[in-house]
Amino acid sequence: MSPHLAAIAAGPMSTVQDLGRRGYQRFGVSVAGALDPLRLAVANALVGNPPDMAGIEITLAGDRYRIEADNCLLALAGDFDLAIDGRPAAPWRGHRLERGQVFAVGAARAGARGYVAVAGGLGFAPMLGSLSCHVRNRLGPPRLLAGAVLPLSRDRAPKGPAQAIDPSAIAAGEGPLRVVLGPQDDYFTAAGIETFLAVEYRVSRAADRMGYRLEGPRIEHAKGYNIVSDPIPAGAIQVPGAGTPIVLLADRQTTGGYPKIGIVIAPDQGRLAQMKPGDAVRFAAIGRAEAAEAHRAWRARIAALPGMLRPAVEDATKLLDSARLLSLNLIDGAVAEDRA
Amino acid sequence: MADGPKFLPAGESGLLVELGDAIDPALNALVHRLDGLIGQARLAGVIETVPTYRSLLVVFDPLATESARLEDSVRALWPRAQASEAGGQGRRWFVPVAFGGELGMDLDDVARRTGLSAAEVVARHEATDYIVYMLGFAPGFAYLGTLDEKLRLPRRETPRLAVPPGAIMQGGAQACVSTLEMPSGWHVLGRTPSPIYDPGRERPFLLAPGDRVRFVSIPAGEFENRAKALPDSEALA
Repeated sequence: MSPHLAAIAAGPMSTVQDLGRRGYQRFGVSVAGALDPLRLAVANALVGNPPDMAGIEITLAGDRYRIEADNCLLALAGDFDLAIDGRPAAPWRGHRLERGQVFAVGAARAGARGYVAVAGGLGFAPMLGSLSCHVRNRLGPPRLLAGAVLPLSRDRAPKGPAQAIDPSAIAAGEGPLRVVLGPQDDYFTAAGIETFLAVEYRVSRAADRMGYRLEGPRIEHAKGYNIVSDPIPAGAIQVPGAGTPIVLLADRQTTGGYPKIGIVIAPDQGRLAQMKPGDAVRFAAIGRAEAAEAHRAWRARIAALPGMLRPAVEDATKLLDSARLLSLNLIDGAVAEDRA
Repeated sequence: MADGPKFLPAGESGLLVELGDAIDPALNALVHRLDGLIGQARLAGVIETVPTYRSLLVVFDPLATESARLEDSVRALWPRAQASEAGGQGRRWFVPVAFGGELGMDLDDVARRTGLSAAEVVARHEATDYIVYMLGFAPGFAYLGTLDEKLRLPRRETPRLAVPPGAIMQGGAQACVSTLEMPSGWHVLGRTPSPIYDPGRERPFLLAPGDRVRFVSIPAGEFENRAKALPDSEALA
């Protein structure tokens, strides 16, 4: 069989995702795509792929894959337990594996979504211009289940050494989620908008790729909660009759009939997608210029990822050893040995 | 409508252009004309546009343009959108439908509740020149209007759990054609063998926003034959 990963076991919600479908919302097709594009880009950078290549998005816990390919470079971006052939291994770095080895992603230690990338990418055929899985739209490879086969696209596989990244260097910011008010903020009273921006909400159990339903105080509507259905941008905060907000994410429907009090900016949609039921959420309103600036900084960060990599050392002992050697300034000794 | 477009913020990469707040054929035609002009203008930084009943979303890359610049561009196109001939530039489709029976299990119920005969319900659907107001809810799912006033009914009290693709349905003042098996509270009147949506086809979507649709009744027996005979590439009816 051609090179592939064989899924021996699957996490609760693992799907193939790139940056989603562009240009098809006018036909009612959801965009889909990675909920945290920065983290997908990190996984890709670690194996030398371009930032928008499709990887596997895992939710709360990951999958177990048997490598059915020679010399396969994989990486996991995310604070998840990881084991290779049953031995603990580090996320945030590339691992070069041989046929028959098992790459097993366990439970999340922090955050909710992680991404697994394979050098060269996955060998699925795009549907409507993307590999992204959208379960309800029946587009892209189906949700991963035990027994799934993930074909690899090896032609473009980069050859270089395995790379690592310091996760603290790409940590998401703190603080409230940044929101541009509108387009239908006029459907809320001043008191309603004040509530929305002042209180702390909690992520409910209804939190998935389509959207996050939040729990907390009611946001007061000014003139009902029905609008003539109109487009739903990514990150739209819809407030139905119950008065509590729903933040709509990658798998959202393209149109809807509830007023939208604001839109969470793209960098903070990724932060929200890393939250779990029970986590606290606050919102802060920013202007459009500031939002555009934050978006540009986020994209610049993604573009700068390749420059943040360093060669991965084979294991933690060696990392400690080389760090200690450098700190002891034994370079002269090493040079002398070279000459000998 | 005479006021011109209202520009509303939609995040850092979206601009909502609102032309009104009603479901109205003339207003919707303006949306499609403006949408067509925006598409033709190939404005720098525009990723896609999403036209709906009475507004359209311009999705853009904030690294390549900014909303103030897009507002100016759209405002400059507005006089032409108003001046264009009525009717828009959508295509016209004749969609064959096997009405009633197992393929349209709610036809008799709709007839009973509207006080019309089943044949009259079908005749009124056939006589209506439907506009594709917008697509949404699911890939290729078209919202059609406007339904004959005599046919308007609230949705079913109990939604059906699985309506097959190609179902012709009505609800409120609208009709629609389903594209995937889905739950629905709309009344199922019949089914078309036409391939409305196929993501593997070069042209995945038969209907586009602004197109016009006429339903043409075919016998139930012909549904089976046509469903078999229609090759994937054949987008019509």
